[in-house]
Amino acid sequence: MTPKIKLSCRNVWKLYGGNAETLLRRTPGPSADDIRNAGVIGAVRNANIDIAEGEIFIIMGLSGSGKSTLVRCLSRLIEPTGGEVLFDGADLLRASEKELIEIRRHKMGMVFQHFALLPHLTVLQNVMFPLTIQATPKEEAEAKAREVVELVGLKGREDYYPRELSGGQQQRVGIARSLVTEPDLWFLDEPFSALDPLIRREMQDEFLRLQERLHKTIVFITHDFEEAVRLADRIAIMKDGEVIQIATPEELVMNPATDYVEEFTRHIPRSKVLTIGGIMNSGTSGEGEPIPRATRVSDVAEKIIASDNPIPVSDDSGQIVGTIDRKAVARVLFGERGAA
Amino acid sequence: MTRLNRSQFVILTLVLITIVLGYYGRDLGKALDARWLTKFPSAWVIPFKSYISAAMTWLIEDAAIGPIAFTDVTRSVAWLIEQPYNLVLALLADGFVSGQGNEATVILPAISWIVVITAVIALGQYCRDWALAALVGACFIYLAVFGQWDSAMVTLASVLIAVPIGAGGGLMLGILAYRHPVFEKIISPILDLMQTIPIFAYLVPILFMFGFGPISALVATIIYATPPMVRITTLALKAVDPEILDFGRMAGTTHRQLMWRVLVPSASQSLMVGVNQVIMLTLNMVIIASMIGAGGLGFDVLAALRRLDIGAGFEAGIAIVVLAIAVDRLSQAFAERMGQVHHEQPGSWVARHRRTVLVLILLVVTWVLGQFSSLLLEYPESQTITTGAFWDNTVEYLNVNYFDVFEAIKVFFLTWFMIPIKTVLLGIPWPWAIAMLTLLGWHAGGWRLALLCGGMASLILVSGLWSKAMVTVYLCGASVILATLIGVPLGVLAALNKKAGAVISLLIDTLQTLPSFVYLIPVVMLFRVGDFTALIAIVLYALAPAVRYAAHGVRSVSGELIEAGLVSGCTRTQLLRHIRLPMALPEILLGINQTIMLALSMLVITALVGTRDLGQEVYIALTKADTGRGLVAGLSIAFIAIIADQLINAGARQARIRFGLEN
Repeated sequence: MTPKIKLSCRNVWKLYGGNAETLLRRTPGPSADDIRNAGVIGAVRNANIDIAEGEIFIIMGLSGSGKSTLVRCLSRLIEPTGGEVLFDGADLLRASEKELIEIRRHKMGMVFQHFALLPHLTVLQNVMFPLTIQATPKEEAEAKAREVVELVGLKGREDYYPRELSGGQQQRVGIARSLVTEPDLWFLDEPFSALDPLIRREMQDEFLRLQERLHKTIVFITHDFEEAVRLADRIAIMKDGEVIQIATPEELVMNPATDYVEEFTRHIPRSKVLTIGGIMNSGTSGEGEPIPRATRVSDVAEKIIASDNPIPVSDDSGQIVGTIDRKAVARVLFGERGAA
Repeated sequence: MTRLNRSQFVILTLVLITIVLGYYGRDLGKALDARWLTKFPSAWVIPFKSYISAAMTWLIEDAAIGPIAFTDVTRSVAWLIEQPYNLVLALLADGFVSGQGNEATVILPAISWIVVITAVIALGQYCRDWALAALVGACFIYLAVFGQWDSAMVTLASVLIAVPIGAGGGLMLGILAYRHPVFEKIISPILDLMQTIPIFAYLVPILFMFGFGPISALVATIIYATPPMVRITTLALKAVDPEILDFGRMAGTTHRQLMWRVLVPSASQSLMVGVNQVIMLTLNMVIIASMIGAGGLGFDVLAALRRLDIGAGFEAGIAIVVLAIAVDRLSQAFAERMGQVHHEQPGSWVARHRRTVLVLILLVVTWVLGQFSSLLLEYPESQTITTGAFWDNTVEYLNVNYFDVFEAIKVFFLTWFMIPIKTVLLGIPWPWAIAMLTLLGWHAGGWRLALLCGGMASLILVSGLWSKAMVTVYLCGASVILATLIGVPLGVLAALNKKAGAVISLLIDTLQTLPSFVYLIPVVMLFRVGDFTALIAIVLYALAPAVRYAAHGVRSVSGELIEAGLVSGCTRTQLLRHIRLPMALPEILLGINQTIMLALSMLVITALVGTRDLGQEVYIALTKADTGRGLVAGLSIAFIAIIADQLINAGARQARIRFGLEN
């Protein structure tokens, strides 16, 4: 069964410059040269993405690669120059102003890199804000806000002002605020980039914990490949406004589409990306407690190496589908490039 | 000696030719029998002033859209401003009165001085702390003790009306400009012009439309004080973090919600800076506004100045400063408080509003008991102090004992500095002057700037004000040169030495809070009327930006560059000469630009001490209520300001590009 597609974009272009629209009308698929010759900047070029319901979809790219522009096209904060954005099957770009406001009020939430908290409101008022502007009754709004504040672990700080909180806590407020309307679609624009490495890690764990409970459809932007690998179901890598590969972290590492992607994956410890299922041997022998196939190699490497015999690998239903031994693990850990 | 490259050589030659031409211009004109070279023939003048005066008359007498005449519009505007003004004036100064003239009976007297002082102290404590409360309390007590209370309350009433209208109107216009870029494009040059035309120039049409009286004065004040608020609003809204804007839209706000619940609160701190500006400009206008009918402290100063009564003028002037300090500090503290974190205190309404309750109780008590003792309502006149005699005596003493010294200084500056500049400027043949200006514009900013410079200079020429404009340029130029020579070193010193910095910044702050007229009084007393007096007053008034910008420029040179200089073995002087000053140059240029603007705005005021420039032309137009003459002269001053501003900005931009600070 293929999962339902929640959000997809078809041939989305965002060109900046005076004659951007004429260019796109005249040549529907302009090449990089066409764009340069027309004196236009191609921030997003022909993006095609399908995001499934309940999936964590990460858009990864360095600064200037167009990832922020793309996510703003998906949420229509920026009007794309061409293409369509289908949200629950309807073209978002054709929604009227009124419809768009309704969609944003009820179905979308967004978290920002620098938190974007309103400085004049307390934590609770900030979290309540999306409900306040919908004229939700005050008691109801407050109850809901308190609930999400507790969910993100800020109970007891409701009456603080944003500047009294640390960066990590501020982003928790941002997260709570984006969840208070119970949206289906959750945009996170580099939510942890402005945080210290230690806090970042903690927030990533917190994010995974939340997603386990909430099952949102998530579009997550980052420039940190490690973060992408840690969190993503699938990753889209962008460069110069183009999506150059969309794949699971494992596929990216195993089959990078271009040298550029490979460059990214090179410095990532493979053991943290590859799953046992990806490197297992065939057969059903082996002894000991079976390891689920989706487990990351790094999590069980020690156990496998300590065992003299192969260990069985199970699939989601508990069926044994293969075995894993220390040789396969060592190849991952110590670099198969050298070994092969 | 470094060798000059070609373009530097050309520039130097042109400058020398201009100076020589200027010095011998008049003789040259006579020798060639072409006096029109230095004196624009009156037959060629286009009578702009008559056109404008005729248009004004038409506007007042005939203009109408359907049944609504233009005068109806002005009358209803006046009525709208008059209502709140009368209310506040009654509360603070006049009391509520029924009936007219002798039959008038007081229904409710004005708020007692005791209550007002308590209220400002409470406000000071609420906004920051007891220190501020003490300061503003002292300011208001000063007003009462020195017998300035009644005038000060009249002035305060007009401030209380002008500030909300100016700030509110400015906010609305600013929001409009933020929302509609087209509107911003339209309003931006108008704002530029409004800030460069001397206020006197539009006093005349306002006088025409609203008549002599406090309402005219309020309208002029509002027009004068609003432009910075418009600008700051637009800037502040644009400066709101784009993520906050994105958040607001993603939360599904309507346009109105986005503006009032997201953008405006997020920008509130910058907006309060704008409000503070409005307050300060309003107080700046106090004296000028009294020329078209505002009462209060401004009127006292102006009357004293006309009588050359230094003591009284100085006292009223100081009272304006004191009032300005109190209002300024209060509004700044209030703005800070808005930006700070404050948690609501628990308890009943009374417990949370103790200060308000106290003030209200006092108000009722003084009103009731005031029936029996007028002390509670008005500060007793017998207890006031005056320092007028002291100031009179001081000036007299200085004049009697140091007359020769003052005279020597004056003569020295006139002969060696001012008169040569004046001769040169008045002697330059106008075709050459316009050509040079156009060339300069082209060199600094391309053909558009060249066109602007040439065009505006030509307009001044054909309106027949060339020689007066040259006197303006001379007076302004001489003052700016002096102000720069004094101000920039002071600024550099302030940036390099902390102790000196504190002293200098105090001095500059004081100079800036004094209303421009106040400078004139002592200077006139010491040097009598004339160009030198005007020069000193202008330098004092226009010094501040030169100092501030130079200090800021030197301070903000990046620490890495200084360290790079240090490790290459620079001495302190070398560090200053090769790193600090060149890097601070763009800022210093901007400071000089501001100095020019302030000098030009001071020109009209110095017309009171008998200069013969465009300022005097505007002043005469005001006394004769000649709209055309006033506007043409005012616009000429504005053109000079715009040319200077554009040229210097272009120069500063070139410098920044050269240093890689901008591209």
